[in-house]
Amino acid sequence: MLELQDVTAGYERRAPVFRDVSLTVAPGEAVGLLGPSGCGKSTLARVAALLHRPDAGRVVIDGTPAGGWRHRAPRAQRTAFGVVFQQPRLSADPRLRLADLVAEPLRANGRSAEVADAVRELTERVGLGPELLGRRPHEVSDGQLQRACLARALILKPRWLVCDEMTAMLDASTTAALVAVVEEYRAESGAGLLAVGHDRVLLRRWCDRTVEWDGLGASPGE
Amino acid sequence: MTTATDTTPAAPVLSVQGLSVRFRMRGGAFVRAVSDAHFELGSGECLALVGESGCGKSVLASALLGLLPGNAETAGSALLGGDIDLLSADEQTLARTVRGRRIGLVPQSPAAHLTPVRTVRSQLEETVRELTGTPKPDVRKAAVAAAERAAFPADHLDRHPHELSGGLAQRAATALALIGDAPLLLADEPTTGLDRDLVERTVDELKRHTGDTRALLMITHDLAAAERIADRIAVMYAGRIVEQADARAFFGEPGPRHPYARGLLNALPEREFTPIPGMPPELADLPAGCAFAPRCPSATPACEELPLLVDGVACHHALEAQRA
Repeated sequence: MLELQDVTAGYERRAPVFRDVSLTVAPGEAVGLLGPSGCGKSTLARVAALLHRPDAGRVVIDGTPAGGWRHRAPRAQRTAFGVVFQQPRLSADPRLRLADLVAEPLRANGRSAEVADAVRELTERVGLGPELLGRRPHEVSDGQLQRACLARALILKPRWLVCDEMTAMLDASTTAALVAVVEEYRAESGAGLLAVGHDRVLLRRWCDRTVEWDGLGASPGE
Repeated sequence: MTTATDTTPAAPVLSVQGLSVRFRMRGGAFVRAVSDAHFELGSGECLALVGESGCGKSVLASALLGLLPGNAETAGSALLGGDIDLLSADEQTLARTVRGRRIGLVPQSPAAHLTPVRTVRSQLEETVRELTGTPKPDVRKAAVAAAERAAFPADHLDRHPHELSGGLAQRAATALALIGDAPLLLADEPTTGLDRDLVERTVDELKRHTGDTRALLMITHDLAAAERIADRIAVMYAGRIVEQADARAFFGEPGPRHPYARGLLNALPEREFTPIPGMPPELADLPAGCAFAPRCPSATPACEELPLLVDGVACHHALEAQRA
């Protein structure tokens, strides 16, 4: 169970983006969070993935309250999440070849021995051919780079996936392909999903349940 | 108001014939970004050029504006209003008479297009001064009117681009594009990153600005946005236009005729939500025949030959596919 309880978060202490939002994702469940631009849904997704410290409220992961945020989060909690962001260009180190981009979480966790097999399996799964793995981000398209970012998010076999507008920059076919990869992974691993977006049609088709930002009881910060 | 041909014999706003763009790379290789594109655009018409990222559609837009990098080589012609060939015109002509005056550009990611260190008002006033020759005392008023035309709120005029939401930045960029009263509006991915309501509002506004007197070329990967406002659809795959069709026929009955276009529509979440298998070919390494054949369910040996665009579709199997 991934529980967000009465979370207040933002970027300025006195003017949070939202107050007192609660949301629960059951194990294996796919929840789509819908809201307009600028409502704070991405901030909530970052809180859920332990990437942003809320001003108030709790995040409970599988019964254990979050032990910290960002690099201070306990490793076991940090690696329980796979995160995919909207803009692959901004979430990929431009100096890394795609193979290294995908392998980075394994190396950061001292599991370099597994790199070769895991990278091969995952890049195949997301549809990246071996000829692309030696390239750097500026040498591939947005769609190809997002495929690599999804592979990177899955390589530690997370129990929870957070996809923040994962497909907003992508064409229809690449969108359907990446959603299919996420769903295949969830079917075999039982991972839960929080998908944030503004595309109602997409999230209704993709997720077991969608919630509207307005229905979360968020009171505006200001 | 699909074509103007039945009422006036006037030249189309834009006539692109055999447009190709290739980039010379180190080692003498070529990246063929656009191959042999043909289309025409009349007054009051909206053509949506759709295709996935990296298919060459933005290069086509850059070619029309004369904004290609130095290693690009072009072929073919792109006649604007029947008198200027955009591909052979020199930089001075393009800068002084075309950009802003005869082609208004609505850019991708307006937040990056606007000058970050100046207010919206100052950018509008500069554009009014440069493009319309408005006498100095009237510039301020003209800038406010320009903002109003694109529904940009007057009380936000003194803000800098980073203080605007995505939707307002889009309107500021649209206001700038409209000032020169250009007969052709070129919108390059105008809705990327906007939420659905804003997408609809943005494209509706573009359509409204097009009216009966301008033409709109919208380049997009967003099929829903294209369906909402386009009169005609051109589908691009691996640098080629593989299908051109009336928008209603394309999105409704009888539907797309090229297997790639059909696959793209079927990938939509409101339809089958199934991806097209495989990935598009590299533009540096295009096959001699049909570029879609390796991903195509109905490929046969005939596909080793390049299909010509006949009757709006470039596919050896378009007729069979339609019957199936």
